[in-house]
Amino acid sequence: MIDIQHIFKSFDGRLILDDISLVFEEGKTNLVIGSSGSGKTVLMKCLVSLYQVDQGKILYDGRDFTESSEEEKREIRKDFGMVFQGGALFDSQTVAENVAFPLEMFSVMQHSEIRDRVDFCLNRVNLSAAHDLYPSQISGGMKKRVAIARAIALNPKYLFCDEPNSGLDPKTSIVIDNLIQEITEEFNITTVINTHDMNSVLEIGQKIIYLNKGKKWWEGDKNSILETDNAEVNDFVYASELFKRIRRASHS
Amino acid sequence: MAVFQSLGHYFLFVWTVFSKPQQWRRFWKQWLYEVNSLGINSLPIIAIISMFIGAALTIQTAYNIDSPFIPLYAVGLATRDSIILEFSPTIISLILAGKVGSSIASELGTMRVTEQIDALEIMGVNSSSFLVLPKIIAALFINPFLVIISMFIGITGGWIFGVLAGVVSTTEFVYGIQSFFQPFYITYALVKTVVFAFLITSISSYFGYYAQGGALEVGSSSTKAVVYSSIFVLILNYLLTQILLS
Repeated sequence: MIDIQHIFKSFDGRLILDDISLVFEEGKTNLVIGSSGSGKTVLMKCLVSLYQVDQGKILYDGRDFTESSEEEKREIRKDFGMVFQGGALFDSQTVAENVAFPLEMFSVMQHSEIRDRVDFCLNRVNLSAAHDLYPSQISGGMKKRVAIARAIALNPKYLFCDEPNSGLDPKTSIVIDNLIQEITEEFNITTVINTHDMNSVLEIGQKIIYLNKGKKWWEGDKNSILETDNAEVNDFVYASELFKRIRRASHS
Repeated sequence: MAVFQSLGHYFLFVWTVFSKPQQWRRFWKQWLYEVNSLGINSLPIIAIISMFIGAALTIQTAYNIDSPFIPLYAVGLATRDSIILEFSPTIISLILAGKVGSSIASELGTMRVTEQIDALEIMGVNSSSFLVLPKIIAALFINPFLVIISMFIGITGGWIFGVLAGVVSTTEFVYGIQSFFQPFYITYALVKTVVFAFLITSISSYFGYYAQGGALEVGSSSTKAVVYSSIFVLILNYLLTQILLS
């Protein structure tokens, strides 16, 4: 569980996160949604300490991350897995070497055990055939799946996904969404996903936080988001022509 | 004020780089890779430049000696001292600042803008130490060898082309390079080389590591890396010469 208590973050006097308090629950896919510039990415970067919060606390299962020293943060981060928007795979390493990287760095596994674990993770994301390929030789969707495999290699307690569907076609997006949800439930991970893809929201939104102008504007799940009377959330949800038509069809 | 801020930021960066590697096996693997990438791969360009600069130095020296009181073996002596004292340690370092410096800055800059460095940090890796320390240690190790090879090729080039051009004979040239030799010159050259190796790798890594934005900014950080490395190599060249030779 990740407990965020009254965090503030500003850049050059401009307030980006304004008194955000929320809880991301264990074993659930927690989605943070909001339009561009709403503060989603800054919130995620604060969660993983790529940015320092100005005020407030972030607790990982009771461990205060904001007050920790760099060394303690590094220890807590070993429980993190992160899937970046572009995958952030290491270009000079093959798919298998990318997945093996955290294991070689932080586990006491033998070579054969690492190989088995890499095989397991790549099988889990249906990419056993890409073992020896380099990131430049695989598609965007495959890169995301390799990034997921790398993120789960060390059995993380917390998984962060920054716009995992950006740049993917709808079918591949659903594959990625389902994969993240399955992994979250299978390994009882606290998963936080930044997205503005409404398909993801309706597919895997077990808990949804809507951010607007740096504030927590609304909280609910994939069922309640379609019925809320919050005007801003409705504007966001029904922004696309497809969703507008669905709404019109359901009302008629 | 901004200059002092940048200097402070650079020293803090160097401080974080020099921390104990989290995984020694991985460090030595990366170090070996960097020795090859930064050092061995630079050998062809160093060999070509050293050969022809040695040749030009010999011929220029010979043509500038028009007094009958200066013996011709002075051509070998002047070529040797110019190469050992200045050309090999300083000019080769400037060339490496261009070749290696831009490569380091663009590699790290690309890693930064594609979030690969963030990925390392989030995994719990001390990214600056993991990525930069092997480069610095590799350059400190391999650059002295490169400079010694450059000295050898430069002097050989001077001899071969000097003889081919007919400006000096083998006997005079070989006598010249053996005359009035001061072993301290080699120490001086190697001290300079080690200092320059540190400057080139750390300054270039600094600009690459803190690149922000996209392809344009990576290119700009690469340019800054080469410019600042070269400037600091020249400043330190003057200071070390003043300290070690005066």
